[in-house]
Amino acid sequence: MNAPAKLGLKQRYSLLTHGLDWKPSYQPMDKIYPYAEFEGIKIHDWSKWEDPFRLTMDTYWKFQAEKERKLYAVLDSFSQNNGQMGLSDPKYVNAIKLFLTGITPAEYQAHRGFAHVGRQLPGVGPRVAAQMQSLDELRHAQTQIHTLSHYNKFFDGFHEFTHQHDRVWYLSVPKSFFDDARTSGPFEYFIAIGFAFEYVLTNLLFVPFMSGAAYNGDLATVTFGFSAQSDESRHMTLGIEVIKFLLEQDPGNLPIVQKWVDKWFWRGHRVLGLVAMMMDYMLPKKIMSWREAWEIYFTEAGGSLFQDLARYGLKVPKYADVATAEADHISHQNWLTFYQACHAAGFHTWLPTDEEMGWLSEKYPTTFDKYYRPRIELFREMEKDGKRFYNNALPQLCSVCQIPMVYTEKDDPGTISFRSSEYKGDKYHTCSDGCKDIFDNEPEKYSQAWLPVHQIFQGNCGGATIEEVLKWYKLNLGADNLDQAGSPDQKMWDEWMAARSRVAG
Amino acid sequence: MPRIVSITLQNTDDARPIIEAITADNADCTVHSYPGIVKIDRDDSLTVRRSSVEQRIGRDWDPQELHLSMVSMAGNLDEDDDYFNLSWS
Repeated sequence: MNAPAKLGLKQRYSLLTHGLDWKPSYQPMDKIYPYAEFEGIKIHDWSKWEDPFRLTMDTYWKFQAEKERKLYAVLDSFSQNNGQMGLSDPKYVNAIKLFLTGITPAEYQAHRGFAHVGRQLPGVGPRVAAQMQSLDELRHAQTQIHTLSHYNKFFDGFHEFTHQHDRVWYLSVPKSFFDDARTSGPFEYFIAIGFAFEYVLTNLLFVPFMSGAAYNGDLATVTFGFSAQSDESRHMTLGIEVIKFLLEQDPGNLPIVQKWVDKWFWRGHRVLGLVAMMMDYMLPKKIMSWREAWEIYFTEAGGSLFQDLARYGLKVPKYADVATAEADHISHQNWLTFYQACHAAGFHTWLPTDEEMGWLSEKYPTTFDKYYRPRIELFREMEKDGKRFYNNALPQLCSVCQIPMVYTEKDDPGTISFRSSEYKGDKYHTCSDGCKDIFDNEPEKYSQAWLPVHQIFQGNCGGATIEEVLKWYKLNLGADNLDQAGSPDQKMWDEWMAARSRVAG
Repeated sequence: MPRIVSITLQNTDDARPIIEAITADNADCTVHSYPGIVKIDRDDSLTVRRSSVEQRIGRDWDPQELHLSMVSMAGNLDEDDDYFNLSWS
């Protein structure tokens, strides 16, 4: 008897995706997929879509189960062995507070977005891939919450992350990014998250930062980080596939796609400014600067990518040069903003030590000593004189990225970058040419943005004082925020270390 | 300007033989070690061969097992039963 030969990977993929599709007979396609056409994208042949990973659902479940088994074994062991005591420094925990409150809810939003796209695209190939990605994103949110729940047993600031994600001023930055993507059409969503975010930018978030977690003794975070990132490789492939597919299907798709690439590159770059600050200022032991990470993952990897896509007529995102110039400034400007506003934040701040400033000068030879060291030294003097500076004014926010207007002009770091547009008789402010272009293309959308500062002024955030707003955020003044020195977190850590040295004799 | 393709793997017991196979099979690749991960770059193209990994681990190996160890990649992917290739066209 001849046993049937085992099917090859390509055949298996074809049978388990394209082979499972059917043509509807009693409903027209546009009734089943009502969002497929309004963005102006033209698709002539969905069967040309092929996911290069050729992952089928059965293999997907097998690998994901294996990843989960590995991850949860590590988490259990981390928790059983009090892994939090092996951190390089308790300051590190503040970076993962920002991760849980700012990034984890975004994973959940990405899950919902892909669930929607996985239902709404008329092609079976991208529907199956979007379905898997939707499940991946849900898994990321869950594993991050499980991992960080261990820290919540000991440290302040982890307790109300979902409540805070919808309210707190700086968390509106990643929130608005995903709200914006999820309220666009299915093709724009795919380009926004699948291409601009996953392919061009998430390496900057997950690879060097997670490597930094490994270097700072956070076994738990590094494990969920790389477990999540193993899915990202698949997402990245999907992101590049969607771009190629759209550009190959119809020449009329190019200008639409280019506009989305420009928009979502710029929005992603703005969100990742938070990660820049985490890498340069919040990791006690540093592995590479934001500037170096930008060189590797945007200039080098993005350069090769856009050279490849040039054959379709696609150009490097507009304002990529501005983003690259900003890589020398963004982490410093963000951290100093949080330093001045940490009485309204959900984590602690501190000034860099002399040794850290030495590292920053070396990594940022053209900007740190000239523009940022003098400010840090001034803040240090003020602290010494008992006049620790807090900025009590509410900042003007950009109507698109929702970041306070703290960034400077590309060619003049002494001048705040500031743009404005008129729409229906009102004035709207933006922080850059990139954000202004986005506003001007869709003013009806961005004029409705929920801007945290405006909402405070309108009386929608618990009251007019910082104490009242913090209460509405469910942030505990003096415990969840202010300086790391003197915080309950630091006190607890010092007691652990003292107890450890007593035991050691 | 040469276009760089890249693969990043976890620095674990499962991934080390794969890293070895890649460095043996792809002349002139550059290996960067960071905490927890290894990033391998090469101009234009890079291949992971099933046979080469199998030789090192002494059992059958499916290139899709890369999903368990891979952290990131750059390049257009072509995957089949016997290889996993990244390239720029």
